[in-house]
Amino acid sequence: MHICTVTPISMTVGANRIVPAIAIPHPLGNPALKKDEEKALRRKIVMKALEALTTEVDGQTIFED
Amino acid sequence: MAKIKVVHYINQFFAQIGGEEKADYPAELRVGETVGPGLAFAANFKDEAEIIATIVCGDSYFNENLEKAKADILAMVKEQKPDVFIAGPAFNAGRYGVACGTIAAAVQEELGIPAVTGMYVENPGADMFKNHVYMIATKNNAAGMRGAVAKMAPLALKLGKGEPVGASAEEGYMPNGIRVNFFEKKRGSARAVDMLLKKLAGKPFETEYPMPNFDRVAPNPAVKDLAHAKIALVTSGGIVPKGNPDHIESSSASHYGEYDITGVTDLTEDTYETAHGGYDPVYANQDADRVLPIDVLRDMEKEGVIGELHHLFYTTVGNGTAVASAKAFAAEIGRKLKADGVDAVILTST
Repeated sequence: MHICTVTPISMTVGANRIVPAIAIPHPLGNPALKKDEEKALRRKIVMKALEALTTEVDGQTIFED
Repeated sequence: MAKIKVVHYINQFFAQIGGEEKADYPAELRVGETVGPGLAFAANFKDEAEIIATIVCGDSYFNENLEKAKADILAMVKEQKPDVFIAGPAFNAGRYGVACGTIAAAVQEELGIPAVTGMYVENPGADMFKNHVYMIATKNNAAGMRGAVAKMAPLALKLGKGEPVGASAEEGYMPNGIRVNFFEKKRGSARAVDMLLKKLAGKPFETEYPMPNFDRVAPNPAVKDLAHAKIALVTSGGIVPKGNPDHIESSSASHYGEYDITGVTDLTEDTYETAHGGYDPVYANQDADRVLPIDVLRDMEKEGVIGELHHLFYTTVGNGTAVASAKAFAAEIGRKLKADGVDAVILTST
């Protein structure tokens, strides 16, 4: 599955399972947060990615919060 | 004005010597002769140009004796001193297309004589030589002879006379990577509005920038048993070991990297960095987990949320990388992942 910030690009190139990310320079991070908060945020996104992988889809699907 | 002198190169088939059984015909110079498709060229030239000699060579002979055939033919052309050299058209005949491209490029580069050839876009000779010599795009078989000559002849005349050559779309040659700036008559905003109005009215319009064709694949079935699944990480964010040992380019990547993360539980400023030149690298260089989330996947592996994090990750730089390259990298990476029993991939992009 595809974790990326600009989800319309992911849709255009044909990804079927998409999870939106935080920002272009830090898709799975946020430097404004404390280290442990940032890691928790990262874990949340990866959990969403695993949810996407374990969910049946019949077309392109964006797994938002 | 004196007639433009042309030397024409054709193969054994178009010279009506024979088919496959005569493909080993050695290069032969026929001075003063116009042969096969040469007659169509002559009709098109009228009295502006004349074919002063035709060179015939078997397609297998050329390709199997490359150095000798090239040398012999170059000597023949040099002796004839034409103003322009025409090879083919080869349509979809692969060996013929390669021969045409090779000899036309050689005449141009080594004798300084302008050259034109023509073939179908999918001819292997096309990708090999379209950037080296003007190559008219033809149909894929000889039924397209008239159309091919109708474009090759005028271009040959221009080259023979030393006249400027127009854009590929105007003259009919395959785009060869040469860009010439010019001022449009209407400004861009006006052209964009015109295009949009046509599009809204369902009328045909011509894009100024064709998009690559992005294919679609059917979604794979969901991963059934995540706790025993092998998950792999791939990224276009350019995360590489510190120092970028394989020199992945910051833009227009020519290759991808494969790196072993056995025993790696966290990416740090000292051990990893980004090679990507298309986003602000500060955050990824401080902590590459922000692009390649190895730290949390290791935790999940330890906790049993996933079965295993694959010991290799794959990386390239997405910035300005050709779609064709990306496709090729992915095909290879996919094969390797499958061979390694990976069940699912998390691809991260910036």
